[in-house]
Amino acid sequence: MTSLASNPTSYSLEDFHGSRSRMRKERIVRAVLFTAASTSIVISVAIVASLIGEAWTFVSQVELAALWTDGWFPRRGMYDVKTLVSGSLIVTVIAMAVAGPLGLGAAVYLSEYAPATVRKVVKPALEILAGIPSVVLGFFALTFLSPVIVQRLNDEATQFNIAAAGIGVGILTIPLVASISEDAMRSVPMALREASYGLGARKITTTIRVVIPAAVSGLVAAFIVAVSRAIGETMVVFIAAGATGGSLFSTDIFRPGQTMTAAMASQAAGTDQVRGAGLTFQSLFFVGMLLFLVTLVLNVLASRFVRRVRQAY
Amino acid sequence: MPDNLTREVRLMAENGSPVPRTEPAPPGVPQQAVFDVSGVAVYYGDFRAVRDVSLDVRQHEITAFIGPSGCGKSTMLRCFNRMNDLIDTARVEGDISYHGVDLYDPAVNPVEVRRRIGMVFQKPNPFPKSIYDNVAYGPKVAGAKGNLDDVVEEALQGAALWDEVKDRLKESGMSLSGGQQQRLCIARAIATDPEVLLMDEPCSALDPIATGRIEDLMVEIKERYTIIIVTHNMQQAARVSDRTAFFTTEVNEESDRRTGLLVEYADTDKIFTTPDDERTENYVTGRFG
Ligand SMILES: Nc1ncnc2c1ncn2[C@@H]1O[C@H](COP(=O)(O)OP(=O)(O)OP(=O)(O)O)[C@@H](O)[C@H]1O
Ligand SMILES: [Mg+2]
Repeated sequence: MTSLASNPTSYSLEDFHGSRSRMRKERIVRAVLFTAASTSIVISVAIVASLIGEAWTFVSQVELAALWTDGWFPRRGMYDVKTLVSGSLIVTVIAMAVAGPLGLGAAVYLSEYAPATVRKVVKPALEILAGIPSVVLGFFALTFLSPVIVQRLNDEATQFNIAAAGIGVGILTIPLVASISEDAMRSVPMALREASYGLGARKITTTIRVVIPAAVSGLVAAFIVAVSRAIGETMVVFIAAGATGGSLFSTDIFRPGQTMTAAMASQAAGTDQVRGAGLTFQSLFFVGMLLFLVTLVLNVLASRFVRRVRQAY
Repeated sequence: MPDNLTREVRLMAENGSPVPRTEPAPPGVPQQAVFDVSGVAVYYGDFRAVRDVSLDVRQHEITAFIGPSGCGKSTMLRCFNRMNDLIDTARVEGDISYHGVDLYDPAVNPVEVRRRIGMVFQKPNPFPKSIYDNVAYGPKVAGAKGNLDDVVEEALQGAALWDEVKDRLKESGMSLSGGQQQRLCIARAIATDPEVLLMDEPCSALDPIATGRIEDLMVEIKERYTIIIVTHNMQQAARVSDRTAFFTTEVNEESDRRTGLLVEYADTDKIFTTPDDERTENYVTGRFG
């Protein structure tokens, strides 16, 4: 008879201690993983801290009146916040007006309508679009979107304009919206579609009444990610919206404009001149801080929304 | 079959006019055939899941499909409302006609077919919507306007669920227990007032009391509908059905997967007492391997 077959009649606590070396190994693994997780947190905190520090220097030294003037001209001591924030928001709204319908449409087509053969071709094509460097799209916006589309819509439009930049950013975010939305819709169980078809619903009804509501949290997530991407997008705006040196406050989408990101890029590009010029260098961090706050607020709002919608279903 | 009925059905692909309901035939007179199935085989890609199905489903009767798991009962059932169209690889061979209309004619719109032929699926699949909206979905899709409270209540009563949910109609259908979800799906199907109800093991998740009520419901509504039910429960088939089709599986010549086939189709009494085929007898008496 083997010892395995024999049942011990009594146990002592030691029988449950397990192997010591095994436990040590587990502790090491845990420590390594903890370090990996905390490093990213430490880096984020460091970034935010340096942002806050420099931004604070700026805010505490700048004349408050300079934050609300006619435009953003850091070298002349004019730091009009609303110029940049409204510029960013306008670009984002235009971008989402382009990427929302097109991205969602592409996602609905790919997930609900396209035969497998078509999907196999279209999906990689979309991913190629996602891989186009934003510099290229910036030039495309400047040399094609602006003259061929925007200036044809409004012949008063200047060559550098917010509209072309917004459309360019929109094109850049289409693949993002399409691919996250498509994933969300495809993860809706087939059984739900069958239930709908079984009740005599058409494809379009099934898509609108069943698939999209069931995928809504994923669709909202796609939208949020796209908005963050659009607000954070720099290169397209930097190239196509013009206003490299500075910008007057304007909400006219057919004129040049400045966004938070493009303002930062144009200042960082001219670092050595900026260094000497008093607060201009710190203003860069101030704008970075603004950008950070706007994105944070958006994310909080969006996650609230997602939670509320989830509860409804 | 009266000629005008056939013509009406033929029109349904074009203008969606409903088939007039007929009264049950007087005793002794055979019921009309609703479905006429001949020489049907269903393939998933190259795999032949079921073959040689020929049977007629009669109006105002309950037809039961029984047989071991994998013999193609669900596959066959899904042919009656063109549900297999949704599976890319699925292909139906042979003829299935509904009131004399070839269901697989290219001119037939599957949406119109499914508005007349409702289905309850093997696994409960309520929408992630409120209980009320689940039941109201079918009527709304069919164009019903205005207040659907009565329709919803009647359907939930019919599915023996009303008393349990009448105070929580706004809650999600997903919050119900498995058995309640299945009854919600039954309510959802009968709310569209179909002509035929296809039920794929509707009671497999239900307790005996709820099962009894669903069986009562089936017997009650067969005055108006025609029902095909797939069941693994012999007693249920024996209790409620008028005719029973027994399917089994056999080893394929072309692949090592087993293909289902129809063995015997007859009055339920005959299937359960004096079946012609030995395989049927073995199955219904529990001697199936
Ligand atoms: N979507 C599908 N794709 C490929 N094969 C399938 C598909 N659905 C079913 N099959 C196959 O077809 C055969 C019949 O399946 P079906 O679901 O009709 O059996 P069933 O009689 O309903 O079984 P059960 O009693 O377990 O529900 C099985 O071999 C199954 O593997
Ligand atoms: Mg089945």
